[in-house]
Amino acid sequence: MTVLTEIAESLQRGEDDRVGHLVRDAIEQQVPALDILNNALLAGMSVIGEQFRLREIFLPDVLLAARAMYAGLDLLKPLLARDGVPRAGRVVLGSVQGDLHDIGKNLVGIMLEGAGFEVIDLGSDVPAKRFVDAAEAHGASVIGVSALLTTTMPVMKAVVELVRARGLNGRLSVIVGGAPVSDAWAREIGADGYGYDAANAVERVRALVK
Amino acid sequence: MRPTLRLLDDGLIDRIVSEARDIVCTLGVEIHNPGLLDMLDAHGARVDKAAARAFLNESIVDRAIASAPAGFKLYDVHGRQTHHFSGDQVHFTPGSAAINILDGETGAIRKPTTADYIRYVKVVSGLPHIASQSTAFIPADVPSRISDSYRLYLSLLYGEKPVVTGAFTIEAFEVMKDLQLAVRGSEQALAEKPLAIFSCCPTAPIKWSDVTSQNVIDCARYSVPVEFVSMPLSGFMSPVTLVGSLVQHTAETLSGVVISQIARPGTPVLWGGSPAIFDIRYETTPMGAIETMMMDCAYSEIGHFLGLPTQAYISLSDAKQLDAQAGLETGMGATLAALSGINSVSGPGMLDFESCQSLEKLVVDNEICGMTKRLVRGIEPRDDFPARPIFEELLREKHLLIAKHTRRHLREEIGFPGPVIDRANHARWLEEGALTLGARARHEVARLVAAYQPSGLSADVTGELTRIMQAEARRHGMDALPERAT
Repeated sequence: MTVLTEIAESLQRGEDDRVGHLVRDAIEQQVPALDILNNALLAGMSVIGEQFRLREIFLPDVLLAARAMYAGLDLLKPLLARDGVPRAGRVVLGSVQGDLHDIGKNLVGIMLEGAGFEVIDLGSDVPAKRFVDAAEAHGASVIGVSALLTTTMPVMKAVVELVRARGLNGRLSVIVGGAPVSDAWAREIGADGYGYDAANAVERVRALVK
Repeated sequence: MRPTLRLLDDGLIDRIVSEARDIVCTLGVEIHNPGLLDMLDAHGARVDKAAARAFLNESIVDRAIASAPAGFKLYDVHGRQTHHFSGDQVHFTPGSAAINILDGETGAIRKPTTADYIRYVKVVSGLPHIASQSTAFIPADVPSRISDSYRLYLSLLYGEKPVVTGAFTIEAFEVMKDLQLAVRGSEQALAEKPLAIFSCCPTAPIKWSDVTSQNVIDCARYSVPVEFVSMPLSGFMSPVTLVGSLVQHTAETLSGVVISQIARPGTPVLWGGSPAIFDIRYETTPMGAIETMMMDCAYSEIGHFLGLPTQAYISLSDAKQLDAQAGLETGMGATLAALSGINSVSGPGMLDFESCQSLEKLVVDNEICGMTKRLVRGIEPRDDFPARPIFEELLREKHLLIAKHTRRHLREEIGFPGPVIDRANHARWLEEGALTLGARARHEVARLVAAYQPSGLSADVTGELTRIMQAEARRHGMDALPERAT
């Protein structure tokens, strides 16, 4: 078994300490950082993502695997930045202004990172302007907006309108999600997508950045 | 603590038992079995053979209650223990002996065939909350004279779980005993590790037919456990008051205990039954009526009071389809049965006054059984005190999804039902085909049939089972048993 396969399998078992050790070994063996990222960490997370999509494993399994992935990713980050390696895409994420619920949004962030996206997490209680400012500043291609209250859902519309007002639509997509949100609501406010759960959100973001 | 339902206080139970004892001693028990009347005579009962009547006495009743075991175990075809009928332990088994099946594909109620029975055994094999097979329905493609032994044969051939069954004739018991001996190897092995329970039904009011009383005696000879299925019909064949019907149930069941214990003291028995109210509007016997369920739970309390394990036909429905009525009556029955600590609960899968089995309902009912079993495990502190550390972790990590505490206790605290129970959000439910309960249940039946693994019985044993059954079929004019696909 190669060290890359070993990392991927260890990651799937959620063994964060072991993934850290193995990634360190791989770096010492001069395995290119991009190889470790793509063929070990993301390959492992891809299996996890697929198993999750097929309902073979559940959220805690994904979170454990993601934690193991971070244990390796943290070691790779300085090397990847040095090599200027491109990621799957950059996503700005947050819960809307007036909404302090962030567990769903956090799950989406973890799943997106697991799928190779760079996530700029603005946290909760985020005004529309901050979403769009951050997306422009970081050169993100997707804004992910989460709401858990019907009363805070209108902020999602404000985000979509601001993207349009700044002439960013076409290169900056807005995807929405959260318990009271629906596909119909997404269409009504002119959002580019709706994810009904974390795994589904990743699929939608992937489709948007293609 | 285990959550528990009580319907009768000890004073009322004492009175009911005492009235029932008075009835079996003074009014007597009608018994259409001369050999049994002789046995009772020999044990000190007053017998009026011309009137086919035996008058028990306090001593015979006391001895019978004392010698009947407080509990017993059941074992699968490989001899592995699957049941312990004791205390308030609850085991579920499909409702048995339906004459019809609800066809999952057409929605029609029709006569079942061998192929249906094999599918049924395959489904039961994969249901985690259904601990035993019952011979749940009667295949109509064999002569009725062998339909009882034929069900047991198919169950032992395809399934591994023990069987709740019954003989329709005196002769059939011999064959059904031989089928069990083929699996266990010897009479001693069968006595040590019972494989099947036989239902034996008195007739209301307080009568025993030749067949059923002889079945009780024959079971006792081989230490085969018996469940007594007394069936008072409140307001028709028993008093309309629930207490009055309970007195009759107690009298009928006490007489059954006496028969089994004089045949062989120590024979394992279940204090069972299938009482019902009588619905005067439709002239039917609703098993889903709350009063029926109350009688079930109450007589189980009486059985436990006497120190015996119990059984009931509860957690079934009178609906004709897998509909909301089926769910409410089955769910309510299973919950009450579990809270009452009825040791063997016969009902899952059954519809239409115990006359129709449904495989689709069975997979749904399996989830009901799982939920009620969780219910009676109750709420217990685990790693909960002191509480501060886990809350410190929650505040620090923002969630506990992957906390060690969660991983340690998730599966023991929370049961996750199979795919027949819909817990998806609306969007996901739509994406997965917006399946109704009926459709999800049909998929699950198909999945279980496909996932079935053949029984691990040796070819010698399965060959012997088939030899016994073929000989029996030939004896009743059937040259060959029905074709079986696999």
